[in-house]
Amino acid sequence: MDLANPTRFIALADRLVPWLAALSAIALAVGLWLAFNAPQDYQQGITVRIMYIHVPFAWLAMMCYSIMSLSALGTLVWRHPLADVSLKAAAPIGAAFTLLALITGSIWGKPMWGTWWVWDARLTSVFVLFMMYLGVIALTRALDDPGRSARAAAIVTLVGFINIPIIKFSVDWWNTLHQPASVIRLDGPTIHPSMLWPLLICAVGFSLLFFTLHLMAMRTEIWRRRVAAMRRIAARSADRQEA
Amino acid sequence: MLALFVRDLRLGIRAGGGALVGVLFFLAVVAVVPFGVGPDLNLLARIGPAILWVGALLASLLGLDRLFQAEREDGSLDLMILAESRHMLALTVLVKCLAHWTASVLPLVIASPLLGLFMNIEPVGIAATSLTLLVGTPAIAFIGAVGAAVAVALPRGGLLVSVLVLPLAIPVLIFGVSAAYGAVNDPNPFLPPFLILVALTLFFAVIGPFAAALALKSGAD
Repeated sequence: MDLANPTRFIALADRLVPWLAALSAIALAVGLWLAFNAPQDYQQGITVRIMYIHVPFAWLAMMCYSIMSLSALGTLVWRHPLADVSLKAAAPIGAAFTLLALITGSIWGKPMWGTWWVWDARLTSVFVLFMMYLGVIALTRALDDPGRSARAAAIVTLVGFINIPIIKFSVDWWNTLHQPASVIRLDGPTIHPSMLWPLLICAVGFSLLFFTLHLMAMRTEIWRRRVAAMRRIAARSADRQEA
Repeated sequence: MLALFVRDLRLGIRAGGGALVGVLFFLAVVAVVPFGVGPDLNLLARIGPAILWVGALLASLLGLDRLFQAEREDGSLDLMILAESRHMLALTVLVKCLAHWTASVLPLVIASPLLGLFMNIEPVGIAATSLTLLVGTPAIAFIGAVGAAVAVALPRGGLLVSVLVLPLAIPVLIFGVSAAYGAVNDPNPFLPPFLILVALTLFFAVIGPFAAALALKSGAD
């Protein structure tokens, strides 16, 4: 199926969005229910439950930027007509997830580390990610011509991608207050299965939520461009009639 | 290429080029800090390298939006893009970055030992700070070229350049300041962060001009 055609893409999105929304609602309900029934940590007590939303938010913040970088490649290399729609639609969602990861992290950090915020490598690099999201959002909305702002945003997104591996490996490269990775490791997860499963289900639920929101935002963006194009045509024909 | 370098250098230094304004801005930023934190010389000596670095970072962002703006206004930017077959555009951007750095950032580096003296930094620290500034600030110019190239077609692009460039310049700042501190404070090493700083500059010397050339080509109409 040719997804480069916006009309076909909208038709597909119309069919997919209700299913994705329902699936993400079910997965989130199950995941959060499991999270509330998972065992408490022997040291952290009940605050460990913040993990079940904090970790998916942080994963999605990075995944969203990776998707944006792929879209940027799609814009610059393959000239795919929907790639810049994807980039523009994903940026605010990614910024929201990054902000949520920062907020939940600092709520978790206050009782555990005794401080809302430290300038360690992981936190700083995620904060930089948040600023880059805001920069890309500002850039995608700075020009009237969507094609030109798309290429500019794509280049900035690609240059900013070097931050993603820095975020991922910051806990291994530097001694930080933030704990090192415990789920995605070469030698298997070090987290107990009773906590791993709720976490994974929550992550799947939030990922589905992300894809739902992303598809909806892309659909809205395509409609918005069509409305703008129709307005221009209408203005031009009205101009001609007057003359 | 040499001709382009000399031309940009002349334009930058000449009246209205804005190179001197950068130095003045740097002086002003650094001079404001003692008023903000109080004239405690011990405190100033401790945070001095960081103040010099932040001041240099802000001052070198100041002139960035003009990097391609004048060329775009008089049309010579289009000529540079069209001359791609003879001179690679990325190379042209690299030369323009170097000229910009020589005209408006090198004076900051030269002025930094004097300001370090005002900040009561000890001589080794002053030498280390100036050295890290000398090595690290080209990276900011190369990153800034991407922002300037992206924003060249934008109305009111100047502020956006700073917003786009600052996050990417943070690693440069971190390693520059930690190398400068490493020279003064004994347990912290000087060489590893300094070498990472050199690596960052070389890395951005490749990435920056290429990305900027790409942005200029796609932004040209």
